[in-house]
Amino acid sequence: MPENLEGTIGPEQQFKNFLLEGKFMIQRSKSLNQFFFHPRVAFPGSGERDLEWVQVSGYGTVYSTSCNRRLPEKGGDFNLSLITLDEGPRMMARVEGTNPDEVEIGQKVKARISKLNGEPAIIFDVIKG
Amino acid sequence: MLENDINKLKGKTAVVGLAESGCGLANGWNAMEIMANSVHDALEDAGIKLSEVDGVFAATAFHSMAAMSLSEYLGLKPKFADSTQIGGSSFLSHVLTAAMALDAGLINVAVIAYGSNQKSAGGFKTISEAMPYEAQYQPRMPVTAYALSAKRYMHEFGATREDLANVAVSARDWALLNPRAYTHKDGPLTVEKVLSARPIVDPLGKLDCCLVTDGGAAIVMTRSDRAKDTKNTPIYLLGAAMEHHHRMISEMPDLVRTSALESGKRAFEMSGYKPSDMDTIQLYDAFTINTLLFLEDLGFCSKGEAKELVKNNNIGPSGNLKVNTNGGGLSCVHPGMYGLFVTLEALRQLRNSSGDDVGQRLDGGWIDNAKLSVAHGNGGVLSSQVTNIWGVSETI
Repeated sequence: MPENLEGTIGPEQQFKNFLLEGKFMIQRSKSLNQFFFHPRVAFPGSGERDLEWVQVSGYGTVYSTSCNRRLPEKGGDFNLSLITLDEGPRMMARVEGTNPDEVEIGQKVKARISKLNGEPAIIFDVIKG
Repeated sequence: MLENDINKLKGKTAVVGLAESGCGLANGWNAMEIMANSVHDALEDAGIKLSEVDGVFAATAFHSMAAMSLSEYLGLKPKFADSTQIGGSSFLSHVLTAAMALDAGLINVAVIAYGSNQKSAGGFKTISEAMPYEAQYQPRMPVTAYALSAKRYMHEFGATREDLANVAVSARDWALLNPRAYTHKDGPLTVEKVLSARPIVDPLGKLDCCLVTDGGAAIVMTRSDRAKDTKNTPIYLLGAAMEHHHRMISEMPDLVRTSALESGKRAFEMSGYKPSDMDTIQLYDAFTINTLLFLEDLGFCSKGEAKELVKNNNIGPSGNLKVNTNGGGLSCVHPGMYGLFVTLEALRQLRNSSGDDVGQRLDGGWIDNAKLSVAHGNGGVLSSQVTNIWGVSETI
């Protein structure tokens, strides 16, 4: 990277900009041909910097899940899960389309870009059937 | 290639004084005052003057530069200080750093301290920044992280909420024997009580979660040659090791395998002892799932087997494994960062069995002939793992 970063943006801002464009993009090292998440300036652990942004399929599997209890007047219970993307990396997200305490480990889910508190956010829906 | 002499620190340093202050409720006291009380009391216990302290180690959720603030408050000009903040495990890493600084001759007397008035100041206190890529989903940290681990553990090993509840029941049974424990007079728990407690983040309910209390603690460390001349029984550091592999729960490589697999292995290797040699086992039990994971990862049973190991109150006072003998973070004390209290209990058990007066317990609360204790600290969201092995002089 050039020492002077003026006029460029970092990977976190780039990720968010893609979301604003309606794209769920993550990074991949070309030489390793491996994806990773969350966005970083180099591949974690080995440091490859030959990175490219790739649009993911949006498909994933529930790795673990929790139902966060909250008073109804504050918005009620909500789901919080860890999702393993089909591309390999894992991320935190909410799973919707079923009751927050009925999400199950191993369920197949599909991502969509929604909004939380006015910011773009990736939400997963349970794939029925 | 350089060779690591992993045994170099074994038995070179010892704790010669310890104290706690303001555990439970300390209305009218601030975190620094509670921490400083602990330091002065620990030095009194050691019979060492404040002016001899030249190493200061501290971390709190109230001070961004804890060792500096503590040194100023005490009126010290330390030659070495360390405020490393790796959550509740910080103090067990401070033990390792203090041992290195003492052994290298940089300092002669180290104090390691913590203080918190979180309960009387309004509840769980953190200075953690919001986690990128997680915060927008509004996880109830740290509970959500441990719930995600517990859920995965139940899925992989067929464990149930009853298995988790067994941990809380045994912790309470120990607390009933310990007058210092916050829940000492609250009566026993049952599995049914734990299961019917208010759900917080499924599968964890309120009684799967640690207490929220005030409290401070301090220990005094010095080199072993000096330790022989102090007024109480020195307890020697035989092994210490640390590791961490994530900060955010979404980055934990495997939700049911912690870095305690590595910290434990290296700490035991340094000490020359194995898990089954330990007379007391003190584990950082911020949540019931912790005890299961650490019993496995430290080598007291194989992966997925802890749910069997904790059945029939086997980690309670009547059981075979003396685990969290003060009542733990679940039933004794948890002022936000519990690590130094894990250490305190490991040390107190060994000093009591050596004849020191370190407080009263009901019958069975002190472990007879205890010579070796493991203290294991956890920090962040199952992130940082630090293991210390402590022993009386004959174990060196």
